[in-house]
Amino acid sequence: MSDIKITIIDREGEAHTVDAPTDMNMNLMEIIRSYELAPEGTIGICGGMAMCASCQCYMLNLEHMLPEMSIEEEDMLDQAFLVEDNSRLSCQIRITHELNGLEIKIAPTTEE
Amino acid sequence: MIKTDILIIGAGPTGLFAVFEAGLLKMKCHLIDALPQAGGQCSEIYPKIPIYDIPGFPEILAGDLVDNLMEQIKPFEPGFTLGERAETIDKQEDGSFIVTTSKGTKHHAPVVVIAGGLGSFEPRKPPIPGIQKYEDNGVSYIIRDPEVYRDKKVVIAGGGDSALDWSIFLADVAKEVSLVHRRKDFRGALDSVEKVEELSKIGKINLITDAEVVDLKGEQKLEAVIIRHKDEARGEEEKQIDHFIPLFGLSPKLGPIGNWGLEIEKNAIKVDNAYDYQTNIPGIYAIGDVNTYKGKLKLILCGFHEAAIMCQSAYQRLNPDKKYVMKYTTVSGVNGFDGSKKEAKREVIKSIN
Repeated sequence: MSDIKITIIDREGEAHTVDAPTDMNMNLMEIIRSYELAPEGTIGICGGMAMCASCQCYMLNLEHMLPEMSIEEEDMLDQAFLVEDNSRLSCQIRITHELNGLEIKIAPTTEE
Repeated sequence: MIKTDILIIGAGPTGLFAVFEAGLLKMKCHLIDALPQAGGQCSEIYPKIPIYDIPGFPEILAGDLVDNLMEQIKPFEPGFTLGERAETIDKQEDGSFIVTTSKGTKHHAPVVVIAGGLGSFEPRKPPIPGIQKYEDNGVSYIIRDPEVYRDKKVVIAGGGDSALDWSIFLADVAKEVSLVHRRKDFRGALDSVEKVEELSKIGKINLITDAEVVDLKGEQKLEAVIIRHKDEARGEEEKQIDHFIPLFGLSPKLGPIGNWGLEIEKNAIKVDNAYDYQTNIPGIYAIGDVNTYKGKLKLILCGFHEAAIMCQSAYQRLNPDKKYVMKYTTVSGVNGFDGSKKEAKREVIKSIN
């Protein structure tokens, strides 16, 4: 069994605890999309290249277990809106065993 | 009025390749794109990123793929309406369509193909309460005519190339230029960052870093912005200004196409994938990332496939009485509308005496 549990609070405030595989080379943004927890076209627009910030999430726990931010991610978040200290681009966070029990909240979309 | 056989909305890789497939069938194409250059996301978002899943190309930069496509379709002389967004579509009595852009340019074609990817790229608007109220009334997201800012007090927000470049430019035009950015780091070209630093030292740009514009003030028009500093000791300041220009890059939106009466699902256009990628409106097709169907993959290679299939159906539509079988380029070569001809070299028969 190589799945871990991740709790994702969607943009409407509803929490979903989902299984995320660690052996599929997936990232957090792709997990959100695979469970359709945010409408298509409102998340992961650039496909996961840290170039659009549509997958911004707030990390609610395990902050010390998260991979360090790349310069690209930091720069992109810098252009994003509603950024908090615990903001990350979920496309830049690979699913690993260390993240079991992770809780995140998808940032609101600023597109009307 | 621009007239063509196939009007393609979106000049990304899928739209460009459709020109080639249409050209093989002697159909002329015209493309509309909201961006000022062809290539769509490949040119706008990631020109320098390598793509590894274009068949036959183990590795190719997105920008080079666009250059190659432009070269490939050149013989078919496509027309372009760039920097204009397709706004409205009107069906004519004969079943053809007139598509009008944001600048009023009209295009007439019997077949319309939407290859719009994620939509047209629009400036990203910061979530400042009430910002809509001041749009074109002190707030602009694009600088169309820099003269508007002559001898005015301007605040630019953002940390990318356009924020830097316009701050530099307006430093000589406006009465006062302030550049507000959330951090001290800027991600623009090094030259621009250094120039801004220099202008800031001699007082031509008022550089406000570690700060954000959080509110706007003004009765009829914009009169002031509220700037919040990260440093809590400095708190918030109110700054009297004439213009606020937030420059936070572009993001794609489906936009007006969403109101054309097409069946939309998951922010994409539903098409008939059992046959020809036609939408619920006969004569309008949707190919590439903009369409959806069971099993849809948003891959460039899938867009290419969809373009080829769509062209066969469009041909039937344009030429209902003609019989036609698909021909290979290895057999027929490529006969450009410009008179150019590409074909395999034939073996020469020559007797040796």
